[in-house]
Amino acid sequence: MSRAETGTARLYHRLMVYLLFLILLLPLAGTLLYSLATSWSASLLPSGLTFKWYLALWSDPRFLAAFGQSLLVCVGALLLSVLLILPLLFVVHYHFPRLDALMNILILLPFAVPPVVSSVGLLQLYGSGPMAMVGTPWILIGCYFTVALPFMYRAITNNLQAINLRDLMDAAQLLGASTFQAAFLVVLPNLRKGLLVALLLSFSFLFGEFVFANLLVGTRYETLQVYLNNMRNSSGHFNSALVISYFLFVLVLTWAANRLNKDKS
Amino acid sequence: MNSIKRTRWLASLFLLPFALFFIVFQIAPLAWVAIHSLQAESGWGLENFSKVFSSRFYRQAIQHSLEISFWSSVFGILIAILGSYSLRKVDSRLRDFVNAFANMTSNFAGVPLAFAFIILLGFNGALTLLLKQAGIIEDFNLYSKTGLIILYTYFQIPLGVLLLYPAFDALREDWRESAELLGANAWQYWRLIGLPVLAPALLGTFVILLANALGAYATVYALTTGNFNVLPIRIAALVAGDISLDPNLASALAMILVGLMTLVTVVHQWLLKRSYHVAR
Repeated sequence: MSRAETGTARLYHRLMVYLLFLILLLPLAGTLLYSLATSWSASLLPSGLTFKWYLALWSDPRFLAAFGQSLLVCVGALLLSVLLILPLLFVVHYHFPRLDALMNILILLPFAVPPVVSSVGLLQLYGSGPMAMVGTPWILIGCYFTVALPFMYRAITNNLQAINLRDLMDAAQLLGASTFQAAFLVVLPNLRKGLLVALLLSFSFLFGEFVFANLLVGTRYETLQVYLNNMRNSSGHFNSALVISYFLFVLVLTWAANRLNKDKS
Repeated sequence: MNSIKRTRWLASLFLLPFALFFIVFQIAPLAWVAIHSLQAESGWGLENFSKVFSSRFYRQAIQHSLEISFWSSVFGILIAILGSYSLRKVDSRLRDFVNAFANMTSNFAGVPLAFAFIILLGFNGALTLLLKQAGIIEDFNLYSKTGLIILYTYFQIPLGVLLLYPAFDALREDWRESAELLGANAWQYWRLIGLPVLAPALLGTFVILLANALGAYATVYALTTGNFNVLPIRIAALVAGDISLDPNLASALAMILVGLMTLVTVVHQWLLKRSYHVAR
């Protein structure tokens, strides 16, 4: 291969990567510009720049309430997930390794059953009767646990395999620790960073969940995504400020997760 | 011996809370849907399904779902293939940056994405007007099938890059050099070595993208306020709409969607077992 050819190949690959970046960037850049524009119609660039849409958004009590409620539901769901999944994983890997195969099939369910399908059953089962939860944040917390499950399960499993659970437990017990002590004082601290990364990434996609929130709860406990959808008829600039604020928040979370992940290796 | 039994028994107690929540929020709703899809006014049977398949309206919803999913997956994976292959060939700073950016945009879906596209490509969108002025397009309707395919393609790209980027690990540079030494041109290399090695990963990614698009509800709902006829929209309308609630019929539609998704998941698991990483 001659030098000139490698040169064109390199140029081609750079171009493709820039193109990919541009495609992914375009909707975001457009929305960002729109959110900063005083008005923008029928011209290539907006007529002026302003922060007033962000000020309007961040002083809207309904937005702040929705933001807070989204935070609460997501944090609640992740707490529940950790409480349920950590003991499960520990017990599966330490006591019943053969259950892992069954678990790997079970965690495919949230993939194979889209939220819109689950909602059909959830609405009928928990709409009334002894377990009436529809319209409350509780049902969202439960559903978000299933949404986060496959990702959390895989992420924590990878971490458990990396730390060599059995050796660690045996060593701790040899030194006189009980199973509980070994699990809490030796295994858990070793999982901390991996768990934090998994939590941050789960949070960022739970924060964007719309289907369950809209179908099961709607305006009775408005989350950010539902609020965003209900504001469809307000000014496009206002909505853009909302979209950008949401994206920046998620961006910070995923960026933090990325950084943590890099430090780990 | 006895104490080991007791520990195991105690340990299995820790599985209970998980099992409880999983049953309440995942198994029970699915079971309800499966059972009620077989229940109609006249009793048990396939009446709901025959109602679905004999209705032009519901057949159209299924067809739209399949068409949009298929084409958005095709375009999505093509862009992802070209993009992630080139990503491996550029210097690490650019690569890490674009990779991280693709990761982040994978969260940019659903309602916010629909709004961004309305602003850019809606009837009065900045890009629509720009392209119209330049005379490239005469008219563009984002709220049509074509519009939805473009929108879906956008959210398929980051997922495709995420899944395909590691898959190119399977291709070793020395194979390429060996092939070249033996006189193969680029086309022969890809046809005889590159693509066959990558095939399971490519197909696997393709079916994941299909599933991703088939189940998508938020984006199309936010874009068309539920006025575009696809399967998820129809299901939701039958349980949460203002008119004509029919949970049993919704269940039948839901089972059709689950059937499609299960098929996709099974194919993916099968391909995963056959993929080059595992074989090695």
